[in-house]
Amino acid sequence: MKWLNFPAWLPENVSTFGQGVDNLFILIYWITAIVFVAVMAVLIVFIIKYRFQEGRKAEYIEGSTTLEIVWTAATTVIVFGLAMLSLPQWNDIKFPSKFPGNPGAVVQVNGKQFNWDMTYPGPDGEWGTDDDLQLENQLHVPVNEVVHIRLTADDVIHSFFVPQLRLKQDALPGRFINMWFEATKPGTYEIPCAELCGFGHSGMLGYLTVHTAEDYEAWKNERWTE
Amino acid sequence: MNDHAHESHDHHHEESFVSKYIFSLDHKMIGKQFLIFGLIMFMVGGGLAMLFRWQLAWPDKPLPIIGVSKAYQEEGEVTTAADRKWEERFDDDKETWLETNMPSGVIDPAFFNSLFTMHATIMVFFVVVPLLVGAFGNFLIPLMIGTRDMAFPVLNMLSFWSNILGTIIMMAGFFVPSGHAAAGWTGYAPLSSVPELSGVDWGQNLWCISLIVMGISSLMGSINYITTIINMRAPGMTWFRLPLAIWALFIVAILLLLAFPVVASALALILFDRMAGTSFFAAAGGGEPLLWQHLFWFFAHPEVYILILPGMGMASEMLPVFARKPIFGYKSMVFAMIAIAFLSWIVWGHHMFQSGMNPALGLSFMTTTMLIAVPSAIKTFNWLGTLHRASIRFTVPMLNVLAFISMFVIGGLSGIFMANAPVDIYIHDTYFIVAHIHYVVFGGSVFAIFGGIFYWFPKMYGRHMNATLGKIHFWISFLAFNGVFFPMHILGVGGHMRRIANPMQYEFLQQMQPISAQPINVFITVCAFILGVAQFLLLINVFWSIFRGKVAEQNPWQATTLEWHAPTPVPHGNFDAIPHVYHGPYEYSVPDAEADWIPQTQPNGESEHGEGEPVPAGATAD
Repeated sequence: MKWLNFPAWLPENVSTFGQGVDNLFILIYWITAIVFVAVMAVLIVFIIKYRFQEGRKAEYIEGSTTLEIVWTAATTVIVFGLAMLSLPQWNDIKFPSKFPGNPGAVVQVNGKQFNWDMTYPGPDGEWGTDDDLQLENQLHVPVNEVVHIRLTADDVIHSFFVPQLRLKQDALPGRFINMWFEATKPGTYEIPCAELCGFGHSGMLGYLTVHTAEDYEAWKNERWTE
Repeated sequence: MNDHAHESHDHHHEESFVSKYIFSLDHKMIGKQFLIFGLIMFMVGGGLAMLFRWQLAWPDKPLPIIGVSKAYQEEGEVTTAADRKWEERFDDDKETWLETNMPSGVIDPAFFNSLFTMHATIMVFFVVVPLLVGAFGNFLIPLMIGTRDMAFPVLNMLSFWSNILGTIIMMAGFFVPSGHAAAGWTGYAPLSSVPELSGVDWGQNLWCISLIVMGISSLMGSINYITTIINMRAPGMTWFRLPLAIWALFIVAILLLLAFPVVASALALILFDRMAGTSFFAAAGGGEPLLWQHLFWFFAHPEVYILILPGMGMASEMLPVFARKPIFGYKSMVFAMIAIAFLSWIVWGHHMFQSGMNPALGLSFMTTTMLIAVPSAIKTFNWLGTLHRASIRFTVPMLNVLAFISMFVIGGLSGIFMANAPVDIYIHDTYFIVAHIHYVVFGGSVFAIFGGIFYWFPKMYGRHMNATLGKIHFWISFLAFNGVFFPMHILGVGGHMRRIANPMQYEFLQQMQPISAQPINVFITVCAFILGVAQFLLLINVFWSIFRGKVAEQNPWQATTLEWHAPTPVPHGNFDAIPHVYHGPYEYSVPDAEADWIPQTQPNGESEHGEGEPVPAGATAD
């Protein structure tokens, strides 16, 4: 049965908004599972019960307006309801105007064939100055703090994906796309590229290290002053 | 109404081999040409899938038979004939095709990208569209509406042969230096539009040129279908007496006509970017990468409905025949298809939720996309309603149709996950979408094609296909299909990205709970090999039955629609006399009727095959 229990296969969630995404996933899973089981049950009952049998004729039924109205209305209500329920999650994650403020870290992430370049503005908080810190494939952030990311790409489209954060965003050449997250558990997580970006796409991989507050300070003190 | 019937019906002289089998103007022969073409390309597209499935299950292991042995790969020790062969290949100066793409029999990552790109390209543009629209469209439209041929027979022939031209161009791409197109069937710019970024040179150019030629072929077909269906229906064949397959093909022809010009211009822009130094899609030159996605998906979302609507139509055709019952809610089936076609124009952005498109647009596209569930549900419930109180015959076509319905339900329901923008953040570009599209296009359209081939084969070739072989093919395909594609949902939920050549490079996939991704990939690949091999049963059945099958009667399924009113084998000009239509297409088990079916041609108040008022051969229909 574990093959049928989709939600059990989700990796551990470590972001503040991830639970909202998972809840929607689980809700849709149950709606679709019930519809699927019901439809299949009816189908199987019908094909057994109404199989060809000597002496029994099919009934001439052309349709039913009532039924058409019922299932059209029911489906419409369910899908509109789902869409409405999804609005807040989408707004929270993707609308820059809704991003929480006071970030504990601000990083520019730049996808290029086939690496992620991470740039920290350094102690002065400005990009493009001498104290910028540039790292290849290493993203360090503090736990339980909002992180703001400016995402861009050098050459082709890449996609920044951290499965455990439930976060994915394409990186476009020539544009800066803002995104945010707040990790809730220290650890190291992979940042695969999720958009085909060339012959080296498979294996384009960065690492997100979520530090405890003290560790993050220590890391900053060590690296930002170099 | 039907003046050209005059001329075509008088053609009873002997035709040369070339005019009969090659440059044929007869819609039936052109349909059969598309059928054989589509089946051959089906094996080609499937073969490519076998290669990349090998790589996904056993990354960087040499292929069996043509690859080197383990001893050679690890220690350079020559033990097998393949080792010796590779040793020779590496020693000489020239770099052969095999050395570039599969050194030592290991699939190179760049070649892997070409493989899945071409698998999808071939299956979409060279298999499903030619089979559904080319083969069944051509064969069925004139027969089912009761006319002698298409409105423009020469255009019809050109449509097939430009399709062949497009295929030659596309296949040539495998053999040009630097390999075939490798930017996915979606060809996202700037990967596809700047040669330096993909390392692919002429492969991508040929991909663009070929798709433009294929599109022209589709345009010629669609103009023909629309004209024929509007103008050449037999007397009495009103719009609401049209079989649902014809409605589907009519709607699809309109979609093709309107969608193709958009992608043709987008493909031309890619060619300009690649060859004329423009930069429509490259940000460095002031271009906009997202422009391609908007143009492509504005075409490609209608395109994916082009891939499923005829399947729905054909399923709705076979279901009443083997349920011996009218289709449930005929008119709501028609309006549901029109609604799906209309919605297909305003949902393309759901492919672009995570693309960097304004997130406010995501909300509107999510809502319109969710709405597609409504007509899809209407169709599904109507199919179920058709089975209610039926008398079901489990023939090979019926088995395939029942598979079509249940697989389409899974594909439709998984679509709701993808349509939900927040959930899509996570499952976008994972195997979840791969599972979804295959449930709709393989589980849906291809099973409808399997059923359709078996069902209309007696009318096409005057012989039956073998039912036992058909059942074996069905059951193996059905089980193996689910073995391949159901676990892909699981991989997707685990976060497995699509289009990666080596899943073992990712720790989180190896650590996937409760089962690591790798054994699942092995399971999928084993099922894929079974699925692939099983298709030879279909090919054998088709080609053997063309020559040796049991001779078919005129109407072996006791079906009501006009194609079964035509003699078997269908002569040039289709009907002895243009039939008059008195009934809707699904009059089965009518109370008080003698037989359990009333053909569309049977005049009211008279017994089966009543004479009515016969129209003299070659007369104008009205």
